[in-house]
Amino acid sequence: MSAAPVLIIAPLLLFAFISILAGLWRTSLAYISAVVGGTLSLAAAVFGLFQVLTEGKLSYHLGGWPPPLGIEYVLDPLSAFMALIIVFVGLVVIVYPPKAGLYQVPQRAVPLHGMIMLLLAGLIGVVVTGDLFNLFVFLEIYSLSSYALIAIGGKHALVASFRYLMLGTVAGSFYLLGIGFIYFATGSLNMADVARLLPSLYASPAIIAAVALIFIGIGIKMALFPLHIWLPDAHSYAPSIIAAILASVQIEVAAYVLIRMLLSVFQLDYLRLQLPVMATVGWCGAAGIIFGSVMAIAQRDFKRMLAYSTIAQIGYIGVGIGLANPLGIIGALLHILNHAFMKGCLFLVAGGIRHETGLREIPWFVGLGRRMPLMMGAFAVAALSMVGIPPTAGFFSKWYLVRGSIEGGNWAFAVIIVASSLLTAVYFFRVIEKVFANPPPTSSTGTVQKCEPPPRILVPILILAVGVLVLGLSNAVIVTRVLEQVVAPLFSIAGGR
Amino acid sequence: MEAYFSLKPLIAVLVSLLASGLIVLSGSRPNLREAWTITAALAKFAITLSMMPAVLAGKYPEVALFTISPGVSLALKVDPAGIIFGLSASVLWILTSFYSIGYMRGLSEHNQTRYFASFAVCLSATMGIAFAANLLTFFIFYEVLTIATYPLVIHKETPEALAAGRKYLVYLLTGGVVLLLALAFTYQIAGTVDFRPGGFLSQQVGQDRLMMLFMLFLVGFGVKSAIMPVHSWLPSAMIAPTPVSALLHAVAVVKAGVFGFVRMAGFVMGPELLQEIGALGIMAGFAAVTIILASLMAFRQDNLKRRLAYSTIGHLSYIVLGLALLSPSAWSGGVLHIVNHAAMKITLFLCAGAIYVKTHRENISDLNGIGRQMPLTMGAFAVAAMGLAGVPPIAGFVSKWYLVQGTLETGQVALTGVLLLSGLLNAGYFLPIVARAFFSPSPGFSKYSEASPWMVIPLMLTAVLSLLMGLFPDQLFHLYQLASNVAASVTGGGVP
Repeated sequence: MSAAPVLIIAPLLLFAFISILAGLWRTSLAYISAVVGGTLSLAAAVFGLFQVLTEGKLSYHLGGWPPPLGIEYVLDPLSAFMALIIVFVGLVVIVYPPKAGLYQVPQRAVPLHGMIMLLLAGLIGVVVTGDLFNLFVFLEIYSLSSYALIAIGGKHALVASFRYLMLGTVAGSFYLLGIGFIYFATGSLNMADVARLLPSLYASPAIIAAVALIFIGIGIKMALFPLHIWLPDAHSYAPSIIAAILASVQIEVAAYVLIRMLLSVFQLDYLRLQLPVMATVGWCGAAGIIFGSVMAIAQRDFKRMLAYSTIAQIGYIGVGIGLANPLGIIGALLHILNHAFMKGCLFLVAGGIRHETGLREIPWFVGLGRRMPLMMGAFAVAALSMVGIPPTAGFFSKWYLVRGSIEGGNWAFAVIIVASSLLTAVYFFRVIEKVFANPPPTSSTGTVQKCEPPPRILVPILILAVGVLVLGLSNAVIVTRVLEQVVAPLFSIAGGR
Repeated sequence: MEAYFSLKPLIAVLVSLLASGLIVLSGSRPNLREAWTITAALAKFAITLSMMPAVLAGKYPEVALFTISPGVSLALKVDPAGIIFGLSASVLWILTSFYSIGYMRGLSEHNQTRYFASFAVCLSATMGIAFAANLLTFFIFYEVLTIATYPLVIHKETPEALAAGRKYLVYLLTGGVVLLLALAFTYQIAGTVDFRPGGFLSQQVGQDRLMMLFMLFLVGFGVKSAIMPVHSWLPSAMIAPTPVSALLHAVAVVKAGVFGFVRMAGFVMGPELLQEIGALGIMAGFAAVTIILASLMAFRQDNLKRRLAYSTIGHLSYIVLGLALLSPSAWSGGVLHIVNHAAMKITLFLCAGAIYVKTHRENISDLNGIGRQMPLTMGAFAVAAMGLAGVPPIAGFVSKWYLVQGTLETGQVALTGVLLLSGLLNAGYFLPIVARAFFSPSPGFSKYSEASPWMVIPLMLTAVLSLLMGLFPDQLFHLYQLASNVAASVTGGGVP
């Protein structure tokens, strides 16, 4: 038994409350305590990943009750990988000054950092828990925090948040019903235990219904096309820093749940051969890629474009999962990581532009490249990565996904993936052209007014942009050291390729 | 044939990347900024040249940096084919750099820092393409080249330039993603992407899959090589400043596409396999049609640069045609034509640019009598134009000689006809320009004189180079020997 899984989540929960209480006294303390909590959690996540890679799966029994009676927390390569992404992106966002991210902080004080910490704690909880019901609890913790955080964005955001709340609750109920069926059938909620008991029950209608309910519920949380309708409003009206977390890690955690179901609850062949679940996920993902990309081209509002782009990118992850072969899952997981960096960077850039110039709509971005060269340089790197230009990170996730599609004999997916690169190029080069190729409005003296944001805004953005390049060049290390270990058990059990 | 570890290929790639950083940093001091360009160009050439003796002796400098995807390294290896391409790009970059300085300052262009920085990145990508040891490394640099050229194409930032830029991206990125499919497919069926002379794929893969792979490669590389019907980005991209058209759209970018064909036909699939599956005929067919149509379309262009662009389209297909024949002579001719066409076409573009800087005229019909005002420029133009038409003893004749020989060896008399007809057409659309420049009366044209020496000297040098390469095909840089090494290694035949 090792405490590593809970050590990642504990500082977040603890400092969530410290941050709220300290914020009541001095607002600056809320920020500081959030940074401290995030840093502690990051240290635990880094340590946890190394420990998992050297020692194998770590498990912690809450309250000392052994599973299946008690709740088990598990850190395996997959959850350690996800936890590190969540905490890292979360910390970068926490460091980013809230003023720039919120741009219309209500007059009333909001426990912003406390809520972000709770959101992160919920996300981490989902990835480290080994218990189906406990997963639901954390799912609701992060969802409730998200609803509140989105609502900070103002009047439109309130409506968007309410819509998301309705759908999110439906999604949560679907999932809960699904595990309810599983509980009635097996009498257990522990994932490992359920996985052991389920195979004899695979033909039971209750289990088939459970699979359907769970995948639909999680599909809504993940915004997998056509269950995405809550996303565009929620992500474009949410404050930029919140949108950055939501787009780069929050919906990916739902994708994680799908992979976890494959890995630890159901057997792959059951979902692939007996039920057409994997094919459905894959084709929904493929449709989402096309839909999201086309809709993104039609947007004027920069953040709304990014939101539709997120639907397309989650489609890539869906395709990778749906392929259900090692390269596909590796591609999906790598894309979760890469997308976290790219989309996080892009939303923070959106916040930076809004903060420095007040601009939101792409046609007005004329000449920003010369006014804020560093930030727009970071934007260009992230945008090229979204298009999938090597050697940025975005290329390599596509590389594995395309190879996975070809290996699976699914040329349609391969073609959709590369065709969507072109659509992505259309909507990003539209912005790049405006930003870099049009002369900026000059002041009366004829010089360009520089408006590069201050270092506190710039540094988090640059960290993510440099990260995009570093992840691209070092993708082989991530794949061989971490991701191949994630998929190895899946495909040795399934006996497939 | 053995490889040895050397950092030289890496340095040859990185030196201009480093320079582009320095160029951006010294953007406010133009003289220092241009010094970086020149230094990097000279250094790149010196390093490339220093690898020549080893390559000629059959020892290939090689460096594997790190694993870029499990099982594939980011690796560079300088073989005869690579050094031919790398050498031609690096020599011509030196001359183009001097010329660029004259051109950009002569026109007081805006945004010169971005221009020179992008140019340097393009050269890094080109060297990476030349020296890539496997298809994935090749692809990475290939895509970087596409993106790095974009700022140069839209340099003018006028609505037309932006439209040309969009067209450029649509075509080249589409080619890129098709190539990505080909690359992934190759890796899935072969388990490796390391270039090997003669190719690494075999019939066991199956006829249909090989044919499909070939078609993907044909489209992927065909876009950058401007094979018809996917050529139309190239004439549009002529809106870029002339040095860009000169180096990138006659040497680096389009030749990267052609070089892709060299790698695909010679080092991935292998000419014999292509012959067996019947792909060579398809390649030759596309190339032959492109040669004739492009030459005919060149007649209709009054804009000088657009006429040169169509001429480029035709000549790129000469090379592809050479690669589509299972004959060492044709391969030698094709590979030689990469260099020879580069030297001649760059001369023509540099002349067009010099005329534009002095007279702001772009149309051939406005150039009556310009030869009397700018005799050196138009003299160089005449030399290069005759070379492209295949007049001995200029370089174009040599490569064409081997190409023709290749068509005869393989018994493809129709293709011989295509090459000879194209020679006539070339003469037909180039010589009237020369005649008009020297022999037509020039009303009120006397106010013009030669452009600045920054521009005239480089274009004279490239013209002289074209002549020398025709007179001494092997003494100068041992080009012929290198080309026949490539041909022998991939076709398995002896040196002709």
